[in-house]
Amino acid sequence: MMKGRSVWIAGLAAAMIAMVLLSAGSPNGAANAQQAAPATVEVKIDNFSFGPATATVAVGTTVTWTNRDDIPHTVVSTDDPKAFKSKVLDTDEKFSYTFAKPGTYPYFCSVHPKMTGTVVVK
Amino acid sequence: MSEKPKNEILHDHNGDGIDRRGFLECMAWAGTGVLCVMQGGVLKSFSMSRIGKVDAKKMAGELSFVQISDSHMGFNKPANPDVAGTLKAAVDKINGLVTPPEFMLHSGDISHLSKPEEFDNVDQILRGASAKQVFYVPGEHDVLNDDGKQYLERYGKGSKGAGWYSFDNKGVHFMGLVNVLNLKAGGLGTLGHEQLEWMEDDVKHLKSSTPIVVFAHIPLWSVYPEWGWGTEDSAQALAYLKKFGSVTVLNGHIHQTMQKVEGNVTFHTAMSTAFPQPAPGKADSPGPMKVPAEQLKSVLGITEVNHVQGQHALAVVDAPLG
Repeated sequence: MMKGRSVWIAGLAAAMIAMVLLSAGSPNGAANAQQAAPATVEVKIDNFSFGPATATVAVGTTVTWTNRDDIPHTVVSTDDPKAFKSKVLDTDEKFSYTFAKPGTYPYFCSVHPKMTGTVVVK
Repeated sequence: MSEKPKNEILHDHNGDGIDRRGFLECMAWAGTGVLCVMQGGVLKSFSMSRIGKVDAKKMAGELSFVQISDSHMGFNKPANPDVAGTLKAAVDKINGLVTPPEFMLHSGDISHLSKPEEFDNVDQILRGASAKQVFYVPGEHDVLNDDGKQYLERYGKGSKGAGWYSFDNKGVHFMGLVNVLNLKAGGLGTLGHEQLEWMEDDVKHLKSSTPIVVFAHIPLWSVYPEWGWGTEDSAQALAYLKKFGSVTVLNGHIHQTMQKVEGNVTFHTAMSTAFPQPAPGKADSPGPMKVPAEQLKSVLGITEVNHVQGQHALAVVDAPLG
């Protein structure tokens, strides 16, 4: 029946408009606050380096480092006091940290200090 | 290789009876298994393959010891799935030396992951060596997770600070240094203020004719800073040793032999008993280097050191496991 269908279309249109407005209103267009699960970002440790060397993430993101190298490494914040410090990670072991506050977090491998990286939290 | 004729002293710049050019030439052969011994101011070289035929007395220095390094007990990746086996082969090599070493120096990375069973395993294997006494310094793999607390409990008896110490043997002064703690991001190995002060004090009253042997894990000279192969404050340490006529620096960490002579100081790094690493800049990173299985023993090894009393320079000889 035409009337019911019009109501249905109108309702759908209203919902779509509402969604567009909500998306436009949120600061991060990609992460709709009503729908997003906590984001995870992967950093790969391989060949004595962190990849990506600089990871830019949103507040509340959990960064997980995975050691794919054939030598153990660590992930240690260079801030004082240290924001985070992993135990030694052998091949395939992981370390995760959730960044609750914005800022720039430089870190390094305490076993091989030439290996450095940064997490930028916005 | 046949026995070389006597090398007469050609250049005696320092007036100490040592022909540095001849010494360097002899040491260039060291990687292929040549023993260089200083006797009466003359450098004699003996091929390792002929050692059995040479009179041991002709070769015996007054003090003989062995350096082993980087056993990485617990490592089990393709570069060497059996580091216990190659360490045992190193012990066999030591037990087969014509001049039995009086003691051993282990220049660090005893374990791979600082696990108690890894340290226990090394202790057990080294008990099979003819030289019962072992002096250790830690590598960065020995001080993981606890800033070196376990290392100190096991090996730190009589040491100061993070585990540095000195001792004398047959007129030679030995100094074991720790340069693998408090590493700073982007940095190299570091000795630190407290240890440097101790060094200055430790050698203050020694006669300049005392031969000095310094051993530490990370090289005390700038081998390849890009890979962290150096120590930030080693210049200060070496300044305290400037007065001595003979300084031998024995390091590990880089899993290959490398050598440098600077004035009275001879720097030498040892092979690992576990796995080799690439030459500086010859790979993306300084990780374990895989070689064909039949070649593995040729790139692992021990270092034998001899000192004849009255002579300044120590004879440092690298011997591959196979």
